[in-house]
Amino acid sequence: MTSELTANTKNEPEVLQKRKRRGKKKIRPLSLILRLLVWLSAGITFAVLIFLVAYILVRGVPYLTPSLFEWTYNSENVSMLPSIINTLIMTVLALAVSIPFGIFTAIFLVEYAKKGNKFVTVVRLTSETLSGIPSIVYGLFGMLFFVTYLDWGYSLLAGAATLAIMVLPLIMRTTEEALLAVPDSFREASFGLGAGKLRTVFKIVLPSAIPGILSGVILAIGRIVGETAALIYTAGTMATLPENVFSSTRTLSVHMYMLSGEGLNINESYATAVVLLVVVLLINWLSGVAAKRLTSSGLREQQ
Amino acid sequence: MKNVKEVVMKYVFMVAAAASILAVFLICVFLFANGVPAMREVGFFKFLFGTTWAPNNVPASYSIFPMIVGSIYVTAGAIIVGVPIGILTAVFMARFCPKGIYKFLKPAVDLLAGIPSIIYGFFGMVVIVPLVRTIFERFDTDGMSMLTASILLGIMILPTIIGVSESAIRAVPNSYYEGALALGATHERAVFFTVLPAAKSGILAGVVLGIGRAIGETMAVIMVAGNQARMPVSILKGVRTMTANIVIEMGYATGLHREVLIATGVVLFVFILIINLSFSVLKRRMKA
Repeated sequence: MTSELTANTKNEPEVLQKRKRRGKKKIRPLSLILRLLVWLSAGITFAVLIFLVAYILVRGVPYLTPSLFEWTYNSENVSMLPSIINTLIMTVLALAVSIPFGIFTAIFLVEYAKKGNKFVTVVRLTSETLSGIPSIVYGLFGMLFFVTYLDWGYSLLAGAATLAIMVLPLIMRTTEEALLAVPDSFREASFGLGAGKLRTVFKIVLPSAIPGILSGVILAIGRIVGETAALIYTAGTMATLPENVFSSTRTLSVHMYMLSGEGLNINESYATAVVLLVVVLLINWLSGVAAKRLTSSGLREQQ
Repeated sequence: MKNVKEVVMKYVFMVAAAASILAVFLICVFLFANGVPAMREVGFFKFLFGTTWAPNNVPASYSIFPMIVGSIYVTAGAIIVGVPIGILTAVFMARFCPKGIYKFLKPAVDLLAGIPSIIYGFFGMVVIVPLVRTIFERFDTDGMSMLTASILLGIMILPTIIGVSESAIRAVPNSYYEGALALGATHERAVFFTVLPAAKSGILAGVVLGIGRAIGETMAVIMVAGNQARMPVSILKGVRTMTANIVIEMGYATGLHREVLIATGVVLFVFILIINLSFSVLKRRMKA
């Protein structure tokens, strides 16, 4: 009975089915309107996504010419290849900082900290604060701290450091959830076999949490690839390949902004948007796949 | 030896955890240290409530009230567009959606959340701006307006509102719904008049989170809002937000002008802190 009721979407509760069987189909205007409204809203949400993706694909794909992928950028070919390579380097650098910090923090919060600890409360509060800060504020901070105070200039490194702070709460939270999803019996079994805390964490808990952590990391990659506001005044807007980590660079998103802002190369802007959109959609899909693997493997293990 | 390793690693984890505290601390210190002196130089009241932003005038006038109002108007517009659609979609997903449709709708909402703001901005620029221009042609608008920005931001906050509201609606005990049915309510009435009111603090938390997103959004707004630095005159005329003000002028600003832009960031930061605080209060109330 209760299980039938909780799965109420497909299998309607018995009461409603009985009412229908009895054929009491009185027209109830309010209910009808409400039903129409929810279907309409869901339809709008879905249609907006489809329209947005389809519009950009249709307008952009025909302009994906080889000249957009030439090694060097100039105002003739407006090549996006340097920006794509910059995006890759930027992502690797930012993750190299934020993954260890994020995972270690999550390990501390889940495996080591005692409940009600003051320090833990503060860590949670600050990570919540970090996740709410808009990217432009990160950009301002990066400009003041990394670019000016540490004197790194507009550089790859300053941009990556800014982004590392920006995605830190995301990695922290997803890792924490993944660690919490590992059943306690795993830890108890490991302790029972005489393993220490550290060995248990690294050999037992972390490996079983990997799909969840991976899904968070992939989401973080998505945020980094799509970020613009935090980078304009930290990494700068040079459309060339970097010579070293102190070179000014632009990522694909910043490239897209500069291109569409100039207004001269609207077709190339569409093509760049296609590449950016496809990459981001792919990343999100991958993250979903990883997360699904976590839940299915977790269920199997618990049974 | 083994014990030493255990203890050392424990402190390594602890230090890593302290990193986020350090980050927030540094962000606060650097923003306030660079922004507050500029505010003092212009005068707090004049800076916040004066109506003229004219950095190139002699003497220059640095008052960000037009931008504060612009941010608030655009956010309010986004709420008007996004909240009804968002909440109704969440209701649909939690209580009306056939399983076959849910399989497509849920990933679609997730994708909507994943699309970068620069793509939204570009979409707004090439689709919504011309649309607004054509529809309201006789009102003499070029399409880059408060209305355009509101519509675009309304779309952008949809996934936030849907996500939080859906889980809030799902968290309502089923007995509420069953009780309403037993009293003879239809499915729709039961959902809208018993389940939805019970989920209201969770839904409100979603709306607050959406407000935070909308007020902090930068790139998409710059591309569609027109960015005229004056008091907003009409819903069909251009408007500049605090975020846009920072990005547009930071590139060439020097001296006091630059510091005033950082101070604009400080004001934005304070807005966000207040919004975050009310979000966590609401979330806590939802759990209780």
